[in-house]
Amino acid sequence: MNITYAQAINLALTEEMKRNKKLICFGLGVNDGLKFFGTTKGLKEKFGENRVFETPTSENAMTGIGIGMSLYKNPCVMMHQRLDFFLLAMDQLVNSGAKWHYMFGGTRSVPITIRLVVGKGWGQGPTHSQSLQSWFAHIPGLKVVMPSLPSDAYNLLKASIRDPNPVIFIEHRWLHGSEEKSLVKKNINKQIGFSKLLCTGNDFTVVTYSLSTIEILALKKDLNKNNIYFDHIDLQTIKPLDLNLVKKSLKKTKKLLVLDTISHPICSIGSEILSQIFLDKNIKLSKAPLLITLPDVPAPTSTFYTKDYYISKEDILKNIENLINKKINVKIKNIIHDVPDSKFKGPF
Amino acid sequence: MNKKTYKKIYELQKKIRFVEEKISLNYQNDLMRCPTHLSIGQEAVAAASGLALNKKDISISYHRSHAHYLAKGGSVKKLFAELHGFEEGCSKGIGGSMHLTDLKNNFYGSTAIVSNSIPIGVGLAYSLKLNNQKNIVCIYIGDASVEEGVFYESLNFCIVKKLPVVFICENNFYSVYTHLDERQPKNRKIYKLAKAIGAKSHKLKQDNPFDLFLNFKKIFEKVRKTNFPHFIEIETYRFLEHCGPNDDTKLGYRTLKELNSWKKKDPLKFARNFLVKKNIFKKEKLDSLDKNIFKNVNTDFSHMLNLKQPKFNRIKNLVYKK
Repeated sequence: MNITYAQAINLALTEEMKRNKKLICFGLGVNDGLKFFGTTKGLKEKFGENRVFETPTSENAMTGIGIGMSLYKNPCVMMHQRLDFFLLAMDQLVNSGAKWHYMFGGTRSVPITIRLVVGKGWGQGPTHSQSLQSWFAHIPGLKVVMPSLPSDAYNLLKASIRDPNPVIFIEHRWLHGSEEKSLVKKNINKQIGFSKLLCTGNDFTVVTYSLSTIEILALKKDLNKNNIYFDHIDLQTIKPLDLNLVKKSLKKTKKLLVLDTISHPICSIGSEILSQIFLDKNIKLSKAPLLITLPDVPAPTSTFYTKDYYISKEDILKNIENLINKKINVKIKNIIHDVPDSKFKGPF
Repeated sequence: MNKKTYKKIYELQKKIRFVEEKISLNYQNDLMRCPTHLSIGQEAVAAASGLALNKKDISISYHRSHAHYLAKGGSVKKLFAELHGFEEGCSKGIGGSMHLTDLKNNFYGSTAIVSNSIPIGVGLAYSLKLNNQKNIVCIYIGDASVEEGVFYESLNFCIVKKLPVVFICENNFYSVYTHLDERQPKNRKIYKLAKAIGAKSHKLKQDNPFDLFLNFKKIFEKVRKTNFPHFIEIETYRFLEHCGPNDDTKLGYRTLKELNSWKKKDPLKFARNFLVKKNIFKKEKLDSLDKNIFKNVNTDFSHMLNLKQPKFNRIKNLVYKK
């Protein structure tokens, strides 16, 4: 039976709650009827309301409370159904969570995992769709994890929970329904800080993470039919950022495409990757690298605007054609651009 | 109250005063190179509450926290070392005056951003409760703390979850140089605000630190027994500038008259007169206690001369726990 990304998260949470009796889960919606997009199903029933609890709508205090609990004896998983609400908690995250271990001379760390969901389409608009991984990655003391496939979500969530440091775990809403045939369980100690090679080929190197991984996977068959083969590297972790596979691949392909399709361009993860590649004297590209990001404009709400705002399959193909100087023949089906699949309905 | 307790309360106040004066006197040598908020004038609240807490009780504080750290049992030597930027400091010289910690005595930490440590204290209390501990958490705040949203969020959570937390609000009337009257409505009382949210709330006086201690003790035991948050407001006054070692009446935001009126009712002065008048200790005995505390503080300070300059290399890997 296939397993979805949301089910993989639910399984990881259930197993970790069972494994560590001190682990706590909380957030607005953990125990409501929708069960946080299905990811917290059964937790309250199995582990009780002391360990799985609803919170007041107080993002900043709840972050500090989670930090306090994890400083004592209870590691926490805190969750927000949209990342944008978590912006109310920047003081606690940046001034306390990220700093505590260092600022007090390494005496105690903050084992908290913060799950943030990023929205897209169906009119999510300017304040329900922001994917701010580059903000978090900028802060020393935080780790940032963005899994793409259900197995990645499963392994990386377990790794995040067991990590003794604060981990920002970002889930793109459009991934919750994505499926794999079965879970691939990996060594939990070798998850955070390791990128992953998804396929190999000589024509170019493409770097993706989170939703953009799915976007390139969806084009793979068509590209192969056009006799185009590429190295596909999924970052998995934004911080620490592992570019070893990317660099190794570039020595072979000498052509780089970075798909940062959920970010704005300035100071993005994409621009960070390009900067690190540019600074590496051992890498010589045969062509200027390409970076695809959202425009430097907040997401609009109207479905008519988002059609042009978001990155389409055509946009990605056009960039690949440019990069490898070759015409690609693909018939793109008429798809609705603002939902991940035909089953997906709003409102959120 | 027995003689020993009187002595403890007096000595702790005096120790904090001497430590702070030592810092103030030496600050101009430019060896303590960090923003430093001295507690001179405010020692009574810290000393009385610190002694009313059990060792296993937790406390957490804000930027003006030397007194709270010392009152919970924090080492004077490590405080001086922290201010001087040495690795022997309580936070290895990384945190400085505004980020003190002493886990051995359950002083979890003080942080610099106003109200920042409040929810952390609340989280510690929730964890204590989940782990069936009988200890309480004391959260020190200032008058400006109740101007931050996170105060209300945290207090609300404390009440919803019935947590063993006591808030001690040291109302010294100024947020930096801005008077309370410019920041909060004139007739609204801070402790009534906390009461309206649902906490048990009290207003205490610092004038007699021995009474203050007994009142704290009573309230803390109530918090421990009932697992319910209490809030205590105490009016107090800092004698020196907001940040730094000097008198600052020349800035004109407060008058010399106001400062002197508070100096006249200095709880430390009261404590001394009280102990002599009530014949609990002779003046000579207090003099010799003072002398001894003074000597110890000086020895702890001179210890700084023996410390080596630390290297950044040794701490840069502390950002993450391995």
